[in-house]
Amino acid sequence: MPPLLKTINVVKEYDLGDVKIQALRGVSVEVNKGEFLAIVGKSGSGKSTLMHIMGLLDTPTSGEVIMNEINVTNYKEKDLARIRNKEIGFVFQSFNLLPRTSALDNVILPLKYSDVPRNTWRKKAEDMLNMVDLGNRMNNKSNELSGGQKQRVAIARALVNEPSIIFADEPTGNLDSKTGREITDLFSRLNEQGKTIILVTHDEDLAKIAKRQIIIKDGLLNGE
Amino acid sequence: MNFLEIFRSSILSLRANKVRTFLTMLGVIIGVFAVLSLVSLVRGVQNFVTDQFSALGSNLILVAPGRVGFDQDPGLAFANNKLTAENVDRINRDASQYIIGATPNMRLGKTIQYKTKRYLASLVGTNSNFLSITDLEIDYGRAFTKEEEITDAKVLVLGPDVKNELFGNRNPIGEKVKVGDTYMEVIGVLTSKGFNADERVIAPYTTLQKVFNTKNISGITIKAKDSDSIDKAMTEIEIALLQDLKDDEFTVLSQKDILSSIQSILSILSVGIGSVAAISLIVGGIGIMNIMLVSVTERIREIGLRKALGATSMTIGIQFLLESIMISIVGGSIGIFLGFAAAFAAQSFVRAEVPLWAVLLSFLFSVLTGVIFGTYPAIQASKKEPIEALRYE
Repeated sequence: MPPLLKTINVVKEYDLGDVKIQALRGVSVEVNKGEFLAIVGKSGSGKSTLMHIMGLLDTPTSGEVIMNEINVTNYKEKDLARIRNKEIGFVFQSFNLLPRTSALDNVILPLKYSDVPRNTWRKKAEDMLNMVDLGNRMNNKSNELSGGQKQRVAIARALVNEPSIIFADEPTGNLDSKTGREITDLFSRLNEQGKTIILVTHDEDLAKIAKRQIIIKDGLLNGE
Repeated sequence: MNFLEIFRSSILSLRANKVRTFLTMLGVIIGVFAVLSLVSLVRGVQNFVTDQFSALGSNLILVAPGRVGFDQDPGLAFANNKLTAENVDRINRDASQYIIGATPNMRLGKTIQYKTKRYLASLVGTNSNFLSITDLEIDYGRAFTKEEEITDAKVLVLGPDVKNELFGNRNPIGEKVKVGDTYMEVIGVLTSKGFNADERVIAPYTTLQKVFNTKNISGITIKAKDSDSIDKAMTEIEIALLQDLKDDEFTVLSQKDILSSIQSILSILSVGIGSVAAISLIVGGIGIMNIMLVSVTERIREIGLRKALGATSMTIGIQFLLESIMISIVGGSIGIFLGFAAAFAAQSFVRAEVPLWAVLLSFLFSVLTGVIFGTYPAIQASKKEPIEALRYE
């Protein structure tokens, strides 16, 4: 089976005027459907840059990004937005929920940018919130939720459009260890249900929950 | 995301910051309110002037001392006043074919006193023809006669406001009132015509000339036979006056001319005042831009998130633009409502009315304000890269 997502020799340079910084210096990764992959690296290693490029939030300076056998490297902003909406779910370290907005409306947000019919939005969002055990907090505003609850809302939001890949960027970074474990358990469970998950972290212990780890160092792949 | 959803998102964002939204709106509210209330007030003054002129009567021709024009000092014209009662007699004689009559016109602000009550009235001196020339009518009592005019009889006719103030419900006929140092007899009361016509007190001009020791008259009022006779009457009056006066010592004006020039001055004034008030709308627009720019920075992570979840730059731009347009539309509507309320409140003073053009123009202007001043922040918002935006602390 061809890989779901592939990067070929991806380079990312940042031009800071006088100096050019190479965040990625030729990284090739393949992710298969149903995989649970951890990208591990210290701060400044380039792991987040790699995640952003794989998640189509950013474009590489050179190299290619192939998704479902389609080269999407030179896709226009509008097309990339559509793929992000349909195929990719994001979970961020700082949750990134809309403030003063209910959990339900936060989960509905990606659906608003999709072609999913409006009359199904609520049901889908409710199902997702039930799945992350927040069925009883749907109408609470995001600022009325605990950190763990916020992250579960974010996970529900990442899942609601039934994407093929979920990217999680330090998803337990802002949580205490107990809550963090609940979140990692949730990711494991989702992977068991067949979801492809890419976890980005500096925490090698956390990375162990993934079935496969790749290590990024100084912008290069430094072993699996 | 379809337009309706972007619209809903904009409303949700505005509602999430109610106080800020309202404060931003305030600039537009005040701007539109200022435009409408000032324009309606000027319109009220315009109505007032028209009513005043109509109350004088119709088909009137007025003769003023000096040359009336924008390049002349009106004070000087009155100081060199050469008009006399002889001019009136000549007009009555020479222009009789086209006119109903002519009367001298004297106007003096005088305090009328009855026992302890005093009233500052507009004391008007005319001849005994005044009833047929002006639209004034006698409510009860009588007007003064030609006889009384010739003999400088100390009689006067009170306007209804003056009568009510000095006599209340009592019948004033036959009572003596004090004008300056002279006692004069009340012989009649005018029918109410509204406005300041009711504050007048009318006496024979001959009496006023004698009592106040003045020969000149303030002007001459003439009534033409009908509207078709006005032009011919004006020519005849001019010819008659030129026999005794030089051409720069008097001006013949028709009621219509005066009214239309006042109307045009007030119309220009209303546009001028409206434009000045419109500057506050621009200030309001700058307020919107300010807040929207702050909002772009404040919501930069939200922009990044929305983009990560599938929003395009266009969708983000439209959402921000719609937010500022909605602020201006709602602000404009509140401003219009308040403008109408102000015009309504002013009804007790002047017949203020809000012209439709002012409503449409100020609304259009406020919407434009939202579009113009919302575009730059919207472009700023749409240009944010998702990564930059998500990284922003």
